[in-house]
Amino acid sequence: MRTVNELQTIATQVRRDILRMVYAVKSGHPGGSLGCADFLTALYFKYMKHNPSKFELTGNQEDVFFLSNGHISPVFYSVLARSGYFPVPEMATFRKLNTRLQGHPTTHEGLPGVRVASGSLGQGISVAAGLALEKKLNNDDSTVWVLTGDGELQEGQIWEAVMFSKHYKIDNMIVTVDFNQKQIDGSTGDVMGITELSSKFLAFGWEVLEMDGNDWNSMDTVIPQAQAKLGQGKPIVIIMKTEMGQGVDFMMGTHAWHGKAPSEEQMNSAMAQLPVTELGDY
Amino acid sequence: MRKFEILGSKDTRSGFGAGLLEAGQADENVVALCADLTGSLMMDAFKDAFPTRFIQAGIAEANMMGVAAGLAIGGKVPFTGTFANFSTGRVYDQIRQSIAYSHTNVKIAASHAGLTLGEDGATHQILEDIGLMKMLPGMTVINPCDYNQTKAATIAIAKMHGPVYLRFGRPKWPVFISEDTPFVIGKALMLNEGTDVSIFATGHLVWKAIEAGHILAEKGISAEIINIHTIKPLDVEAVIASAKKTGCVVTAEEHQMNGGLGDSIAQLLALKMPTPLEMVAVNDSFGESGTPDELLVKYHLDSQDVADAAIRAIARKV
Repeated sequence: MRTVNELQTIATQVRRDILRMVYAVKSGHPGGSLGCADFLTALYFKYMKHNPSKFELTGNQEDVFFLSNGHISPVFYSVLARSGYFPVPEMATFRKLNTRLQGHPTTHEGLPGVRVASGSLGQGISVAAGLALEKKLNNDDSTVWVLTGDGELQEGQIWEAVMFSKHYKIDNMIVTVDFNQKQIDGSTGDVMGITELSSKFLAFGWEVLEMDGNDWNSMDTVIPQAQAKLGQGKPIVIIMKTEMGQGVDFMMGTHAWHGKAPSEEQMNSAMAQLPVTELGDY
Repeated sequence: MRKFEILGSKDTRSGFGAGLLEAGQADENVVALCADLTGSLMMDAFKDAFPTRFIQAGIAEANMMGVAAGLAIGGKVPFTGTFANFSTGRVYDQIRQSIAYSHTNVKIAASHAGLTLGEDGATHQILEDIGLMKMLPGMTVINPCDYNQTKAATIAIAKMHGPVYLRFGRPKWPVFISEDTPFVIGKALMLNEGTDVSIFATGHLVWKAIEAGHILAEKGISAEIINIHTIKPLDVEAVIASAKKTGCVVTAEEHQMNGGLGDSIAQLLALKMPTPLEMVAVNDSFGESGTPDELLVKYHLDSQDVADAAIRAIARKV
């Protein structure tokens, strides 16, 4: 089991990867990626039981993760590469012609670690619930994880999937909502309020937990609590508070970095805040 | 003109129901989902035989498509069931991203397609679904013509890997394809060899093409009638060979001219071998309430319309 220090080192390197990928092609989504870097590091390097070196699309007998908010592909690609799904240097091809690291994740180019395309929002919980149901039919007791954005909860399909998951007692799935309260056009409260989020999920019959996705103590408390609730007849959601742009001071506290690349000067400042780790840059 | 024996009168959706049951018996990975239309889709037999492999999705088609994709990722062979309208336009982006682009092994079973849905009217009579689905890369599009062919198609698509759109309908319709006729995905079925005009028909309009063949025979016209059950991938060789032989073409379908079988064949012939072509299809219009027979007459999809189109096509030969 890795120590918190080791996980923090990985997360710092993941943040460097995110910014270097986005900066190299002057496009991509750094804000949400930085916000979720700690959580995805925790999942891929501590909590999920998975087989990075022998990727099987079906995910039978292993924990599976789906990224519903596909635009935060930089953080997804970094944790996949760093945990061994594909070569670390391949991150240099992000968003370039003929890459397997498309702007939004896809199975189409055969990138190991990706099981469905995402990018058009609102579809991930449905797909995850389908695979979770498949695992139940096969008496496979591994867990399906899925991450969604909070702005993404404005999509109607989300609530179809939330209703479905309760009806079919999908209790082998943990949904995490990246609750950073920001989306492209501004704060979620200004764009389209998603108020009383915990109450909404409770009303749909889910187990609801809350945690701080940028606080290792909080994650190490709440993720095991969520896992302890598996198999009890209810789907589980973690409302995960994060800071968009976490780790780079000028990217925090604003929605401006949802989908924008830094300038050279900004990049230098960001890199200075995230010193290179012993893992090394790609 | 070959004489076709009418083997019965059955709805194509019942052929789907029977085929789904057989596919389920043959492969335990076959599962079925339905959006509150189990009876209409004739999925009760499958549900009764395999209750744990039947998933009632409620009136939430977008989620149903996503759940089907997830089941397919794990290795199941999911069939989704709802009306053609709710199987396509309502869930186009879910199909595009989670099924077509992700190449998940989902079979989209779509009933009540076209005008022959009848009295429910235009909200439910989708005439654009073939076009929507054939535009998606990697999507196989099949529109069988009678009960036996729908049953055979259902069994065949369960055995192939990849997304499929299977389109069928509501009304009782003549059964004329024998039970032992093999269903080969992507292969046109020659129904009557002829020399004067090629009629390519799909779905319910295949029977209308056969009736048109008899009308034409009385006038001394020899019609070649070919059943195109697989609109995508199109059997290019069969279409070219027949068009070359007869020198003119009619297409017949229960769909808009835009985006349908006629559109596919016109594109193929324009690119490879320009040939006079007439289309029997709905011309940029919504449907309306009425009986299936009344609607086919009003919207010019009847046997006489197919025969008239053949005569027009022949007149255009140089």
